Amino acid sequence: MKGYVLRRLLELVPTMVIIVVASFALVRLAPGSPFASEKDIPPQVRAALEAKYGFDKPLYEQFGRYVGRLLQGDLGPSTKYPQRSVNEIIADGFPATLTLGAVALTWALLVGITAGIIGAVRQNTVWDHAAMAAALVGISIPSFVLGPVLVLVVSLRWHLLPPAGWGGWQHVILPGFALGTIYAASIARLTRGGMLEIVRSDFVRTARAKGLPERLVIWRHMLKGGLLPVVSYLGPAIASILTGSVVVEKIFNIPGIGPYFVDATFNRDYFLVMGIVVVDAVLLLALNLVVDVVYGLLDPRITYS
Amino acid sequence: MTIQETTCRTATSDLAAGSSLWHDAWKRLRKNHVAVASGWILAFLATACLVGPGIVSATWGYDYETQNLAFGPQPPSWDHPFGTDFFGRDLLTRVLYGGRVSLTVGFLAATVAATIGTVYGAVAGYAGGIVDSVMMRAVDILYTLPYMFLVIILVTVLGKSLVLVFLALGAVGWLLTARVVRGQVMSLKEQDFVLAARSLGTLGSGIVFRHLIPNTLGPVIITFTLTVPAMILQEAFLSFLGLGVQAPRPSLGALINDGANQMLVFWWTLVFPGGVMALMLMALNFLGDGVRDALDPRMKNG
Repeated sequence: MKGYVLRRLLELVPTMVIIVVASFALVRLAPGSPFASEKDIPPQVRAALEAKYGFDKPLYEQFGRYVGRLLQGDLGPSTKYPQRSVNEIIADGFPATLTLGAVALTWALLVGITAGIIGAVRQNTVWDHAAMAAALVGISIPSFVLGPVLVLVVSLRWHLLPPAGWGGWQHVILPGFALGTIYAASIARLTRGGMLEIVRSDFVRTARAKGLPERLVIWRHMLKGGLLPVVSYLGPAIASILTGSVVVEKIFNIPGIGPYFVDATFNRDYFLVMGIVVVDAVLLLALNLVVDVVYGLLDPRITYS
Repeated sequence: MTIQETTCRTATSDLAAGSSLWHDAWKRLRKNHVAVASGWILAFLATACLVGPGIVSATWGYDYETQNLAFGPQPPSWDHPFGTDFFGRDLLTRVLYGGRVSLTVGFLAATVAATIGTVYGAVAGYAGGIVDSVMMRAVDILYTLPYMFLVIILVTVLGKSLVLVFLALGAVGWLLTARVVRGQVMSLKEQDFVLAARSLGTLGSGIVFRHLIPNTLGPVIITFTLTVPAMILQEAFLSFLGLGVQAPRPSLGALINDGANQMLVFWWTLVFPGGVMALMLMALNFLGDGVRDALDPRMKNG
């Protein structure tokens, strides 16, 4: 197990190298410049600006400098917000994005797993059909449709929750719901499928045969194996939630990192774009490692070597 | 009889056995009322999106771009069933036109994704060994990246044309297909007909493209039907952020964005594009579910 984790950690190095090189190349080969919007600046000023950020140097030299700073944890300056560093902007925006993502994921897991268990345990009953139809409907309503509709009905008509903003618990409910619902629906389907695969296995039959109450059979024996598909879905789901929060943050006016990313690509704010991609990638790779380790702990058939 | 002919015979008899599988699947699909209803809804939506704008423009003379500021935003009426937008343009025409963009991008991107994924997965599965490990590890890693960020960069970098949007989406949407096809090929390549083909001297590429890939068609179709709504969703996501099809041409994502900004006063500008988007995705998802059940009946109860 220790060896497996070590090997995976070592694998992260080439992965990160590829991500950094690919995003650097993509961002820098793009036509346009960070100073394109300020067309009337005199050429001398422009040259001075470019020299300040090192854009006058050859690309490979810039890349070397970037990587050197990156290794020290410095993500560079922002060209759009000259008074702030990329580290500061990310430190500002990330907490809100992560909170929103965590709430959405928690909501998705709670609702999804519950609905999935109900569907599997009451297979082919009204409960099952209702849960699965609801899941398919849920998968079909994008967050950018659900979000505005929630604002319209819950906030503006019923005045129950604030329509936008950030700060208290009441601000996170609607965005979390809007962002998480689509994943709740997927998780419900995966849970049901996983549970149904387990339901016919010998150890479940044994557990029932020895007279264990159905509740204990579900909780103690079925859930662990039945949730495996959900665990392996978590990696892609977390990646997708992080992306999806871009739109939800925009709708609910949440000071997260998402809107920065879109603006930064528009403005060619090189270091900010790179910084967000790199931080996101590190976060996701780390979370995926955790997910894989958990998967191994849950499934005794897997041995890490 | 030459060797080629024998191979052809084998392939033909495979197809004959396969056609009854397709026939069974079709029968199962037709019995699934929800899937059939979704199919009809989808057919209706697709027809409406394809010919609708033309009919509307022939009957009422509306098009998607002529503005009429004096006319302003109007609630739904007999003249404008979906109302009009802020610039006085008929919303029904714009929604239908946007739906056409969504469906086109969805199907083309899913086709690109299915093609890349099938070839990649088949090669990895057939090659096996280290090639397979490296190729699939790359897929695992790509699977967990926030690849929409890459799409966003790609689209901003390369320009915001429709073709680029579906190429970019397709280029990153092939991972699931690759995994599915690889799994299929892994089990298929051990079977006797592959051994027969190999003993007849068929090259590796011939085996992959002539014998293995055709036999993965079922799972590929299942994945395809699930990829289409995912691609439509992501195109709408991009145009919601202003990165997709550019104004004045409408797309559902951009229309929803406009609607969301003014929903308090002009509710119809959000409700109609959002409703059509949800209806389209729902029909695709229910139909895809039905196709999966029909092609792979084991999945239904397991």
